[in-house]
Amino acid sequence: MGEETGALPAAQPAPLPLRRFTRGAAGGPQTRRLLIDRATTVGVVLCTAAAVFVLSAILLHVLANGAGALNLAFFTERPLPIGEVGGGVAPALLGTLMMVGVAALMGVPTGIGTAVYLSEYGRGRFATLVRFTIDLIAGVPSIVVGVFVWAVLVRSVVGHFNGLAGSVALAIIMVPIVTRTVEEVLRLVPDTLREASLGLGIPRWKTILAIVVPTAKSGVITGTVLSMARAGGETAPLLLTALGNQFFNFDLLQPTASLPVQIYNYAVAPYDDWHTKAWGAAFVLIVVIGLLSFITRRVTGGSLRG
Amino acid sequence: MTSISDHPAAHRGPRLRRRDVGDQLFRTVVTAFAALPPLIIVGLTLLLVVDSWPALSHSGLSFVTTTAWDPVHLEFGAAHYVFGTLMTSAVGLVLGAPVAIGAALFLAEYAPKWLREPVAYMVEMLAVIPSIIYGLWGFFVLAPLMRTYVEPFLKDYLGPIPVVGALFTGPAIGRDMLTAGVILAIMILPTIAAISREIIAAVPDQQREGMIGLGATKWETIAGAVLPYARGGIIGGVMLGLGRAFGETMAVTMVIGNASKAISPSLFNPGYTMASAIANQFNEADSEVYFSAVVAVGLVLLVVSGVVNGAARLLVWRVAKGPQGLRI
Repeated sequence: MGEETGALPAAQPAPLPLRRFTRGAAGGPQTRRLLIDRATTVGVVLCTAAAVFVLSAILLHVLANGAGALNLAFFTERPLPIGEVGGGVAPALLGTLMMVGVAALMGVPTGIGTAVYLSEYGRGRFATLVRFTIDLIAGVPSIVVGVFVWAVLVRSVVGHFNGLAGSVALAIIMVPIVTRTVEEVLRLVPDTLREASLGLGIPRWKTILAIVVPTAKSGVITGTVLSMARAGGETAPLLLTALGNQFFNFDLLQPTASLPVQIYNYAVAPYDDWHTKAWGAAFVLIVVIGLLSFITRRVTGGSLRG
Repeated sequence: MTSISDHPAAHRGPRLRRRDVGDQLFRTVVTAFAALPPLIIVGLTLLLVVDSWPALSHSGLSFVTTTAWDPVHLEFGAAHYVFGTLMTSAVGLVLGAPVAIGAALFLAEYAPKWLREPVAYMVEMLAVIPSIIYGLWGFFVLAPLMRTYVEPFLKDYLGPIPVVGALFTGPAIGRDMLTAGVILAIMILPTIAAISREIIAAVPDQQREGMIGLGATKWETIAGAVLPYARGGIIGGVMLGLGRAFGETMAVTMVIGNASKAISPSLFNPGYTMASAIANQFNEADSEVYFSAVVAVGLVLLVVSGVVNGAARLLVWRVAKGPQGLRI
């Protein structure tokens, strides 16, 4: 930035906005400092603008390309073979709902139970170990969770790809999200509430279930919804476990379709009609996940991160 | 629950009940739930070790040192998968981390209050978008852009430079390591930005006041007092982003080209990452050794990302003054 110093000779007063900071001394080194300050300000604004721009670009693309694919058949019919016009992604919608629902039945109680333990009893080595493993699970790549469940439930126990394995994989992914969110809000419940309840002779477990958890209700709901939104968008573990299905399937011991895997299969196939449907499915996925995140955030004022 | 007077403990004598049966039971139940996460981690690791043992004992150390991945002849060397993961993640980090930290600085230090929350929300929104949608966008939008505009440009201007130029050689095909790196940069941005922002916001104001009192400009305050204080936490955030990049599967699988047999410096080459190799091959694993080899790739991925994540947590924890939530 050396040349900028020459651009503004020392004798010349600096432009007004700069002078505000210089306290009269518009010498060379001062100007240089101010220019660096300006440049970095512009830099951080550009960084932020870049992030917002990319987000807008992706969202607009999905919305613009996906809207055209949506019609009644898209939501009610099963995928048709190549060449046939029409069809939809209803089995994938159904499969995602079923698998995420079953995953929530396993993952949410585990997460809430763990959070209650950590918040109300969690002291000592075991609690530290639990916290550390929660962080570890959050960091395990989702495809590795998929490999684990594939090796156990698909290859060993059931013998073929099945939706239940998909649910188990999703449940494992949900646990750390639920635990962290719920533990955070349980900690915000004032101890005076607990003391008041215990002081009335109410046993601890009733205090927790009737006073502490209901007080933290919004956080419990946030954690549940966010974890389900996250699970609904997971692809890699489902690819290894639930695989997919072109037909309606209500039996979770059979291969089960899901919206993300359907998007993947449609996108990598060489047919324009399937590409359109992939964008359409992406539209549905992003609107549902976006709305869930937005509403929970609006209602609870919480953070989006698990 | 019954009232206190007909509670069994109440009839035991003059002393009031000391322990409630419900308390014991409840504590046992939540402790059992809390025992599940450690069990999951131990079970997952053990099983991956057991299931990858046939391949690892079959190939020995050459599993991570050679690039001969030939399921037909039962040769398994995964070095080029490891290389792909490291290379794309490095590109993602070089491109994504500075932008993320810049955005975090803007949100924590520069943005006016009314702008702060909406923009922070939009940056966090990047973390909410499912990776398959990044993959779809990368596949149909980003990869053609890279092939037509960005890669020819890089080749013309950076290609002739001696050392750096080796990264930008060969035909521009769009679905390659560079595009995968760009997608990863976008995907790790919200992780790094959110953590850095929290860490920067936690820097005590005395740090800033001292610098401002010496007549420092805003940037000098940040560079001299805020960033050095927040450094450990920001590095932790960057490493968490790196962990995310290591494990990312779908978005990378869709833009990396999935075709490589060798290790070459050019970012214009298609390749594999460990995660994309698993996604592409799990369904072809017909023999026991092949299955085991795919699981072994998963194990290597687990170990690599576990080390990075663990180190990152320690850094963030240390800055945040010990593991948060140790209740007194």
